[in-house]
Amino acid sequence: MTARQNRMILIGLVVTGVTVSAFLALQAFEENLLFFFSPAQVAAGEAPTDRTFRLGGMVLEDSINREIGSLTLNFIVTDYTASIPVSYTGVLPDLFAENQGVVARGTLDNQGGFIAEEILAKHDENYMPPEVAEALALSEGSQTP
Amino acid sequence: MIPEIGQFALILALGLAFIQAIIPLLGAMWSREDLTAIARPAATGQFVFVMAAFVVLCHAFLNDDFSVLYVATNSNSALPTPYKIAAVWGAHEGSLLLWILILSTWTLAVTVGSRSLPHEFAARVLGVLGIVSVGMLLFTLLTSNPFERFFPAALEGNDLNPLLQDPGLVMHPPILYAGYVGLAVPFAFAIAALLTGKLSQDWARWTRPWTTASWMFLTVGIALGSWWAYYELGWGGWWFWDPVENASFMPWLAGTALIHSLAVTERRGIFKSWTLLLAIAAFSLSLLGTFLVRSGILVSVHAFASDPERGLFILLLLGAITGGSLTLYAFRARYLTVEGGFRLVSRESFLLMNNILLVVATAAVLFGTLYPLFLDALGMGKISVGPPYFNAVFLIPMLPLAVLVGMGMHTTWLRMSGEPLRKRLLFPAGIALMIGIIFPLIIFGQASALTLVGVVTALWVIASSLLEPAKRLFQKNRSPMPLTRGQWGMYLAHMGVGVFILGATVTSSYNIETDSRAVPGDRWQVGEYELYFRDIRRIEGVNYEATEGEFEVWEGDQLVTILRPQKRVYRVQTSPMTEAAIDVGWGRDLFIALGDPLGDGAWSLRVQIKPLIRFIWLGALIMAFGGLLAIMDPRYRVKRTQEKDAISKQSLETA
Repeated sequence: MTARQNRMILIGLVVTGVTVSAFLALQAFEENLLFFFSPAQVAAGEAPTDRTFRLGGMVLEDSINREIGSLTLNFIVTDYTASIPVSYTGVLPDLFAENQGVVARGTLDNQGGFIAEEILAKHDENYMPPEVAEALALSEGSQTP
Repeated sequence: MIPEIGQFALILALGLAFIQAIIPLLGAMWSREDLTAIARPAATGQFVFVMAAFVVLCHAFLNDDFSVLYVATNSNSALPTPYKIAAVWGAHEGSLLLWILILSTWTLAVTVGSRSLPHEFAARVLGVLGIVSVGMLLFTLLTSNPFERFFPAALEGNDLNPLLQDPGLVMHPPILYAGYVGLAVPFAFAIAALLTGKLSQDWARWTRPWTTASWMFLTVGIALGSWWAYYELGWGGWWFWDPVENASFMPWLAGTALIHSLAVTERRGIFKSWTLLLAIAAFSLSLLGTFLVRSGILVSVHAFASDPERGLFILLLLGAITGGSLTLYAFRARYLTVEGGFRLVSRESFLLMNNILLVVATAAVLFGTLYPLFLDALGMGKISVGPPYFNAVFLIPMLPLAVLVGMGMHTTWLRMSGEPLRKRLLFPAGIALMIGIIFPLIIFGQASALTLVGVVTALWVIASSLLEPAKRLFQKNRSPMPLTRGQWGMYLAHMGVGVFILGATVTSSYNIETDSRAVPGDRWQVGEYELYFRDIRRIEGVNYEATEGEFEVWEGDQLVTILRPQKRVYRVQTSPMTEAAIDVGWGRDLFIALGDPLGDGAWSLRVQIKPLIRFIWLGALIMAFGGLLAIMDPRYRVKRTQEKDAISKQSLETA
């Protein structure tokens, strides 16, 4: 093989490799995008029913309800415009509490409830997830025009 | 009064940084030795003043000087002394001061290590480091002064974030920063080469130990962070693809690529402009990491600042440094001459593939990290990218890379025919296939295809790395040439990669994770262990109160260990904290974390069994140790002293 042929093979391999990996990467990216919705958006039907997304808001006071004898927990996430019932089975993060901001990753069931696979809460007592803060600000704005 | 001395020292350091940034570069341009000679004293003086400022801040922490705002917000008189020191870099302002201290320490090291380099070149390197230092010092003084007073002084401090009160966190930031900031040195070498317009193979030899040294620190720093997240964040994961983790991982990937392309540039005088581009990219990614972590646009334990002014400043700094160096690159890189090409089967082409795959992985991680931020900044919705994306885009280029690593180590420069390579690699390949397929099936009873691929690849890399060292150790009479320290370093670092892959594959494939509900007195089975929930009680710590569970772990009728996980509430910052209890072992970790009380005396618990998880960090440590050996290769020092001799002889003759 001449040096030129060698180089062409090498370039060909590289271009193919990069194209294939870029394609696979974009596909993985598309599949793993998680959108964020507030309770108001979910209530308005903006959230997808067939894929995982993140729901964020405040945990409504007196709404945390444990099912006796299991690890399942029901609570309500609200942005004070709309409220969505959430159910979660598992160990909770340290800072999950009433009147605290929370972000849950999961899917909608067919009764308008949200089944959470994961609950995220931040390690700081004064912390508010920015998505939640923004959603609350929007919701406040719409109530006091 | 003392804190003001600290601030004054910082201002003096800024003045010296300006001198270090401007005068040596002008001197090099005009070939004026009287001007370039200023570089070293200016850099040394800057180090002294930055160190003084840092010591003053430590002093304020140790003496509980709550009239300093930063101390009042991040410390408390009841905080144990080691954590008072750690609190110095526990939040934004202090960690920035640490960044600057480490930069000036590296600069000081360069002033010492560059004595044998051409005078003008060394002056340019120090000048570029001075520019970086000016930027960071201005950032500190204008937006994040750690010495700001608080009047009237607080009676008591707000305490250090309980998450950071941990031995791992005392070491993690300084070591990680040493790596991050150390990449400024190869960057400065690259810019100096562009300014000179010449890039010799010597240049690559000068740059290599600095690059490897900072890479080594970065490796250990990232491993420490991962280890800390594993036991302290409470839930037993070791890597989350959190944007903050990615911020430290991208410079590591680019730095790894840089180490390999420097090897080609040194030995063969090719890949020159590519090497320069990687050096610029690696440091830019470090700065990007600093921006992501410090600007407050990311939310995590690391995001201290949420002042938009700070974010803007550091974004401008990033733009100026990266934009400026890329512009310089665009104008000057084409003047670099390349000597010769290379063949398909040669070490050069394996290293080229290494670089391409690493850059592809870096780009994929960068894309996944920045895309959500762009969308958010443009007001187009809030999204996040899940770990499965990163797992996929990372595995796709890294799997072939691992396979190629095993071959590339045994190739020679210039060209070689495939036959001897195949012969040599048959043995490690056979071993890896045999053990890699049989063992997971025997030990764990089942294995997915991906698991087998991972284990075989890991063993392949390990076996191939050990091939040459084993020959030297066991057949002393027939061994051709002793290995240099650089080669030992390379084999060892690659073996570390294999050990890491083995740990990561086995842990993620055979990890047992259960969430359960238990009351004291319960017995239940997890994996091959039986757990007995003996008791739960309240205990008092130094600056916290805790609920502590006590669990007996039995294997058959043998008591393995007693684990005591805690749920802590710190007295000042009253947020609850999970302290997992871990029984550490080479074969597996047994991990118990206490969840919440469920009523009726029941608790939620997370129990995990993580086989071979220690190999993940062990692998990283082996990689770093390989780097250390490579730096100690006499090649980097002997030639320097020879050069020095040559220079001093020359100067004697001219005198």
